[in-house]
Amino acid sequence: MKFLTTNFLKCSVKACDTSNDNFPLQYDGSKCQLVQDESIEFNPEFLLNIIERVDWNAVLSVASDLGNTALPPSKPVFPATADQLSEEDMTILRDLHTLLIQTSISEGEMKCRNCGHVYYIKNSIPNLLLPPHLA
Amino acid sequence: MQVTKNGRKKYLVFMVQVHTNFRRAELESLADLYGINSIDFSKYDDSTPFFYVELENDQQAKDWIKRSILTRAIYEYWGDADTYEELHESIQSQDFFQKNKELYHNDTFKFEFDTYRGNNKSNRIKQIEKFSYLDFKGKINLKNPQQVFTVIEEYKPISENIPGKDPIHLIFGRLIQTGDRLSMDRYDLKKRPYKGTTSFEAELSLVSANIAQVKPGTIMYDPFAGTGSFLTAGGHYGALVIGSDIDGRMIRGKGASANINTNFKFYGESSKFLDVLTMDFTHNSLRSNLVIDTILCDPPYGIRESIKVLGARDPERFAGKENIEIDGKKAFLHRDYIPTKKPYALDSLLDDILQYASERLPINGRLAFWMPTANDENIETIIPLHANLELKYNCVQEFNKWSRRLLVYINRGPTFDGPTNSGAKRSTTVFRDRYFNHFN
Repeated sequence: MKFLTTNFLKCSVKACDTSNDNFPLQYDGSKCQLVQDESIEFNPEFLLNIIERVDWNAVLSVASDLGNTALPPSKPVFPATADQLSEEDMTILRDLHTLLIQTSISEGEMKCRNCGHVYYIKNSIPNLLLPPHLA
Repeated sequence: MQVTKNGRKKYLVFMVQVHTNFRRAELESLADLYGINSIDFSKYDDSTPFFYVELENDQQAKDWIKRSILTRAIYEYWGDADTYEELHESIQSQDFFQKNKELYHNDTFKFEFDTYRGNNKSNRIKQIEKFSYLDFKGKINLKNPQQVFTVIEEYKPISENIPGKDPIHLIFGRLIQTGDRLSMDRYDLKKRPYKGTTSFEAELSLVSANIAQVKPGTIMYDPFAGTGSFLTAGGHYGALVIGSDIDGRMIRGKGASANINTNFKFYGESSKFLDVLTMDFTHNSLRSNLVIDTILCDPPYGIRESIKVLGARDPERFAGKENIEIDGKKAFLHRDYIPTKKPYALDSLLDDILQYASERLPINGRLAFWMPTANDENIETIIPLHANLELKYNCVQEFNKWSRRLLVYINRGPTFDGPTNSGAKRSTTVFRDRYFNHFN
């Protein structure tokens, strides 16, 4: 499961939708195995569009869960189109590409901060299914 | 260059004569996607592969057709007639003829012949020589010419097995843009590393993505991803694709060497693939403020897979089971716990999809999904409707005893206030039962 996906996933339990604690999930850093896939190509234009959708506070929260506290406190600001990107912008975008797209969790677990339900990641695929009493 | 009264040029769209129920929807959707809103579709006709249009310039023609799966090519119109002699007269009599001749006078070029419903083994060189009045001075270049001039020959078969001998109509034009038919071959299931019994054929999955207006740099979601056929099509058109499926076996694939991710690597599009999640669509984990630009899917209709959602079929039997512990830990919190699932009604699932689309799609975002029906049912197929969603297309693909349709909706928001049949019992028979009874 790519790091970017952690930015999209909340708890599946419907009752948790009324809570602000159902997103992002809390990742257990001691149990999460991270892998890098450097073969995924860097596409700045594509990434610019996607970063617009990213909730930066959730990026900070999950990165911190996984032991990375070196990220800037607010979302980097980029020019509107890829041809206006400066060299410095490109460096930051490359770093974000490495973090969001190339880094994934191959095995691990995460928990809802509201209900405490634990979800597992196996073979890089998160399992968000629920037992009947939570469904 | 043919400049009509309103300063526009005449073009010929040469389509394939298959999936005709989908052609207009695809052409309209791609025109809308590229902001080309001046095309007169009143002359469009399902029974012919030829469609004459007026456009502002070649760039519009290129944008419009480059993604089209059901179009062979678009040409700048130079002339047409029923015989070669008349064709040459037609070309030379156009008021744009002299100007055209000068424009491409020194460009490298080649001639091509294309045919519809027939073939001709006549001497093409001799036929090309008859075009000498064009007086092109550029070099002939068969590999990479600046201009390709094409004669399209239309034949009329004498009977089903006897082709017509001579063409009944000829069109001459300058090639502007070919469609995206090569991608059908590229994404052919026969060559795909990971596929399954539910994999959707390349041609119509790409057409579906076009009609759904999948756009580069946006997010596309398939809630019934299976082996990822629609994710593949969405990735081809540049979207970041996310899939989910309640059946983890499908999305896991056959280990590390054959799964949805390896398909994306195989196509060189791995940056477009986000993830597939083992998840019940009706217990959705995608955060509710995430804008999903396009939803494209083939929901389970219970043919190859039954419709299931999370929950106990018999809740009483499961009462208290949440307290069971294994090795001092709640059973349901174990890594290998497999939750129970219960059957779900198709009508409810389709209602859920429409409701989800109305909440997650941006205004004017599209939902497209496939729905099968038996052909012999004497009752009208009831299409699910939602008050915020405009039903834009209902494209039918006929098989022998059943058919399936691509339903395409546009999110118009709460002010749309369209008709709705949510909550109603729409399907009278279970498609799965009819399918396995061979529709008897």
